Order: sequence, then C-alpha cells, then structure tokens
Amino acid sequence: MHDSGHGDISVGVSGAGASGDGTASATRITPGNALRPEDIALAVSRGSAKPSEDAAEFALRLGDDALILAQRLGHWISRAPELEEDVALGNIALDELGHARSFLSYAGGLDGRSEDDLAYFRREHEFRSAALFEQPNGDFAVTIARQFVVSYYQFELYRRLTSSTDSTLAGIAAKAVKEVDYHRDHSAQWVLRLALGTDESRRRMIQAFKVVWPFVDELFRDDELTGRLSEAGAAPQPSSLREDFDRLTGEIMAEAELEVPNVQPSPGGGRRGLHSEHLGYILAEMQVLAREYPGASW
Amino acid sequence: MTTEPQAGNVWPIWEVFVRSSRGLSHVHAGSLHAPDAAMALRNARDLYTRRNEGVSIWVVPAEAIASSDPDSKGSFFESPQGKDYRHATYYTKSEGVKHL
Repeated sequence: MHDSGHGDISVGVSGAGASGDGTASATRITPGNALRPEDIALAVSRGSAKPSEDAAEFALRLGDDALILAQRLGHWISRAPELEEDVALGNIALDELGHARSFLSYAGGLDGRSEDDLAYFRREHEFRSAALFEQPNGDFAVTIARQFVVSYYQFELYRRLTSSTDSTLAGIAAKAVKEVDYHRDHSAQWVLRLALGTDESRRRMIQAFKVVWPFVDELFRDDELTGRLSEAGAAPQPSSLREDFDRLTGEIMAEAELEVPNVQPSPGGGRRGLHSEHLGYILAEMQVLAREYPGASW
Repeated sequence: MTTEPQAGNVWPIWEVFVRSSRGLSHVHAGSLHAPDAAMALRNARDLYTRRNEGVSIWVVPAEAIASSDPDSKGSFFESPQGKDYRHATYYTKSEGVKHL
C-alpha cells in the first residue's frame, strides 16, 4: 500500500494490450480486468469520481472494517494449524486489504487524501470500523467465528451496494461481493467441521461464538448517515440486512448443531470513533513504519 | 523413506489437477494437505489458482493414484525405442494439405 507504484501500474494496465482479458488466450495467464484500487485512485485524482461527504464517510466505515480485519488476519501467517490454512487466511486478508484500498482511495477523494494518508496517518478516534473487526484472533475457532459473521454481513451489504446510485461504491461492491462469497464458504466449512468434529473442537467453536456474538448487533444499527444514504439510494440501511443474515447464518449453525448465543450486545461506537482497547495496538503495529519513515517504499 | 507421522494428527495428501482454460486438459499442478475432499478443493483454489491459472480443479487422494515403478523403466518404457514406424514418418504429404 504505497503511493509510488500507482502511476506505473495504472498506466501499464489501462494501456492498450495489457488490459488483461482472461479469455484472450488459451495459455497466457493474465491478471484479469477487475476494478482495482489504482483505477479508483486515478479516477479520483482526475476528478472523474468524487464522493459526496456522506459517501466518503460511508466508504471510510467499510474501508476501515476491511483494513482492520486484514491486519488481524495477517497475523495468522505462519501460525495457522496447517500451511494450507495460512494461505487460505492470508488470501482472505489480501482480499479484505484490496477492498480497504478501494474504499479508502474513494473516501480520500473528498479532500485529496490518499489511501496511505488514511490508513497510516489517522489517529485511533478517526477510525470508523465496528468493534467486531478489531477483536483479537483468539484461537482458530474465534478467528473462524469472527470471519463467519463478517463474511455473511459483508455479503449482504455488498450484494445490495452493487445497485447503489453511487457508481464507484457499486463498482467496488461488485468486485468485492464475489470474494466475500468465497469467504462465507470458507468460514462455513470450518464452522461445520469444528462444531461436528471432536469434543475439543466443538467446545472451542461454541465458546468462540459466545466471544464474538456480542459484536454482531452493532453491524446492523442504523444512524443518521445510513438514513440519508438510504434515502438517496446510495446504501442500504444496516438493519435491512439483518433478516437475511440471521436466516443464512442460522442455516449453517443449525446444520452444525449450534445455537445462536444468547448474549448481551456490546455498546459498540466504532462508527463514531469510539474503540475498544484493542485498536490502539493494531494501529501502532500497522502504522509504525509509515510514521517512522514517511514516504518509505520498497 | 521417512517414518509415518502419528496417524490422526496429519491431514492426508491430495494431488491437484488444474485446467487452465476451456478445451485444455487438467494438468497436475502439485499437492497439498486437506482434511477432506471439499477442503482440498478449497485449498487447491487458494494455492494453485491465485493468479488466474484455472477454470476447473480436480483433487485426488494421493493414495488413490497407482504409479508405474521407477525400477521397471526398462521393461516399461524402452520397448518403443527404435520403432519409428510407429510415428507417422513414412507417409508423404498429400498435395494441398495444410498444417501438417
């Protein structure tokens, strides 16, 4: 996530001949032609995409959710139960990082800040992520439970966001929803295997959902911003996602013979910049290099 | 030979075959560990198609693959040598035939 590469990459891929058309050749492997964060940064810098104040704040929320989760998931590299699972979680982290870069690039279009400015040079109270995303990884089951909730929530959100009146938000969501669909599958597979596996794995899966579930409610709370965006057709009200979320997660949990935990919802507050004790440590690790060596690239 | 690790704690090995494009064959790409076939497919997707390499994946339990014995190379594979009449080298090309 450093600035120096953007110009080069954008020119290279948007130039004729290099715009990867996956069907062009039977043998040549191309990167594909999906919307990339660099395209958004370019559109924003040229002024062909500019968020409204509300859209920018909303993009900040979604971008921060994805960014903080990516940072959390990255910690699993070399620590997962098997090498294959390192890669699986790393892939999910990189998908989320990609979404974060797109949303933050767009959000920064409001006042000319780059994705790096937003990721590395904001302070804790300026982050807009919900509490769930900064929850510690815990054991593998807690990470899976968190991912399960996140993926089903993000899927419902992005699915609706593809028809947003804000074409940039719609474009980012269209790319992200397919990736999040896979994250749903990955986490659901593990919920089933852990819950129906050994006594130990089942005990841990049940405990993991108890740890994670208090943070579910916050994801579906409406506020003034989402009300205005919903009226403008730019984003769904979070509360409108809840029914589908409950039904689909409920189906997997029933198959896994798990009960939805009956727990007191956490007060949350991340959307207003109020965070738990965890976020400061995440930011310290994530931001230290950029702050110690401003402009560093490698 | 390495000794078998303790049974029950290690996921079995799966061989992965990836088809890069419609019309081509599945080609062996490598192997991986997975607890079952469904997860093997997912791990294969993550390990072997990250750079747009594939449109289809097969996974096969490594233990289900029977392979030829490397020590039998002579009896297995040397017989065709020198039998170039098995190649289409004795035919003359008919006039007007292209792409041969």
